Amino acid sequence: MYKLWSSIKKEVLLLKRDLGGLVILFVMPLVLIITITLIQDSTFKTVSDSKIPILLVDNDQGEVSKVIEKNLTESNSFEVISKPNENEAKDLVFKGKYQLAIVIPKKLSTDLQLKVNQNVNKIVADFGMEDATNVTSSEKIESKEVKIYFDPAAQSTFRNAVKSSIDKMISQIETKSIYTAFQEQLGEDETAFQQESFITFKEITPTKDNKEVIPNSTQHNVPAWTLFAIFFIVIPLSINIVKEKNQGTMIRLRTNPVSYFTVIAGKTITFLVICMVQFYLMVAVGVYLFPHLNLPALQVEGILGLMSIVALFAGFAAIGFGILLGTIAKTQEQSAPFGATSVVILAAVGGVWVPVFAMPKIMQVIAGISPMNWGLNAFYDVILRNATFLDIVPEISYLFLFFIAMILISLFYDEKKRAL
Amino acid sequence: MESPIIQIKSLSKQYRDADIFSVDNLFLDVKKGDIFGLLGPNGAGKTTLISMLCGLIKPTSGEFKINGLSYKNDSKNIKKIIGVVPQEYALYPTLTARENLEYFGAMYGLKGKDLKEKVIESLDYLGLLKFADKKIDTYSGGMKRRINLIAGILHKPTVLFLDEPTVGVDVQSKNVIIDYLKKLNSEGTTIIYTSHHLIEAQDFCNQIAIIDAGKIFAEGTPQNLISQTENAHNLEHVFISLIGKELRDNV
Repeated sequence: MYKLWSSIKKEVLLLKRDLGGLVILFVMPLVLIITITLIQDSTFKTVSDSKIPILLVDNDQGEVSKVIEKNLTESNSFEVISKPNENEAKDLVFKGKYQLAIVIPKKLSTDLQLKVNQNVNKIVADFGMEDATNVTSSEKIESKEVKIYFDPAAQSTFRNAVKSSIDKMISQIETKSIYTAFQEQLGEDETAFQQESFITFKEITPTKDNKEVIPNSTQHNVPAWTLFAIFFIVIPLSINIVKEKNQGTMIRLRTNPVSYFTVIAGKTITFLVICMVQFYLMVAVGVYLFPHLNLPALQVEGILGLMSIVALFAGFAAIGFGILLGTIAKTQEQSAPFGATSVVILAAVGGVWVPVFAMPKIMQVIAGISPMNWGLNAFYDVILRNATFLDIVPEISYLFLFFIAMILISLFYDEKKRAL
Repeated sequence: MESPIIQIKSLSKQYRDADIFSVDNLFLDVKKGDIFGLLGPNGAGKTTLISMLCGLIKPTSGEFKINGLSYKNDSKNIKKIIGVVPQEYALYPTLTARENLEYFGAMYGLKGKDLKEKVIESLDYLGLLKFADKKIDTYSGGMKRRINLIAGILHKPTVLFLDEPTVGVDVQSKNVIIDYLKKLNSEGTTIIYTSHHLIEAQDFCNQIAIIDAGKIFAEGTPQNLISQTENAHNLEHVFISLIGKELRDNV
């Protein structure tokens, strides 16, 4: 036991003497979490603080284009800038000066009205309510195309969101036009048809103490990036082990009557404490600092214990990976870049950036065996799904088994290396 | 007759992917209380032999016992009675001398007041007590060499393995180290010593084995080896006579 205690003391002293390493361990995760949450916060807000400037080329100058412009302006997401010329708008967007341009075609309002009238008249005539000869001319009306130009650098999620909004807007205009045409044909007043949507939807969120738990950017970002930061311990830990090999101290330890298990247990306990300190610092930032940055505060009331358990087991998994990497790597040049890259890959696969359900099938399968995904799910279970301890047992068990597997492989590799 | 403290029987080591044996069917006995010099050119197999005896690598075949303990069954207990001083400074550069020594002493099972006293006593003997709380990376090469030595002997080992303990140090540091090792030997520690300093080995060791290509070429007291070799006045002459003058660069 004294050997283990001495190993822990030595690890703490080594960390204390490495100021740069301490900054990386404690300050960088905080910078990361604040930056990412500030950036991502707007995507979770219904009303964005920043408006995206977009170009509108109105070749229609009619009722429909006015409604589109009005809706875009009232959405509070866009700052609409009118441009008279399509080519100019296209150039500006393709050069990246603006994110998108919407071009409304000529005679959109009049042709839409004409087309709707044609259809409505035909239906009314078919019902025998009007003389078919009275039907508005049956001249062919070409369908209209609203063009959208996107900055080539615009991300697909943004493109899809914009296309979906405009599509919805146009559908509403068309529907309204049809209703209006029917009213006119039937001689009804404006109140005859209820033009509001009949089918609406309501999001039902989990409740806790009779209060709705509404996810916000903090509740998504703090667990995700906390996990990311915890896994970044792989880098200093693997460097620590590689340094011991290169300094010769590991050789000396192998000649001492101390097991490799005790040596790595000392590292595990020390770095586990660091993981927990990192975690509590990030939680403190979420709870106390975020409100001062106009970000939603992290709600940890009643769940801090469970969150701590998840962080602890995520720490185990990260440390196991770090020990394996440090045991196998021969130089810091091998361990540091590999450690950093593999953590980023684990985060991507684990669903830190893109939700797992949005990934291709093969990646979803891979995500299922990613420790970062187990940790993230456990955090989301606790923070967003009102989970109990029993609910997170599978995920934390996987994390611990991952740690055990990594340590066993390290011990096996170490043993094998000595039998060279 | 007292049995040897180290008994090596038919010990061999062939590294994976190597064509030749680094240690080849080697037999050797070391008596208790000896200062045993293991001398040989680069690549002769000295470090491989010591690495096996210290438990760093596993033999391909053969057997050895230290103080009656077989490496096959008692490797843990062997580690308790041996001390190792590697050629490189196997120390944490950002820890102080005291922190390094207290840590490595603890790994040998020392603790508390006993450990602290042994650290102070050793530092004092080797003239480093006033620098005890300075970080190792501020030490000179000679000072590091002395700390490196203390880290391997704090627990007063029964057998001490020294790999080039005086390489790269000034005469003063070398004398202090040799004196300390002699004191340790007089207190009962058997010393296995490798070096390229043949004159130093001649003065320091009471038994010598000359090793090359993983085999023992000659063994005996320095005086016997010198007297048995034609025109030899010192160990260097014996060494050249047995091993030859050609370079032994190896990869």
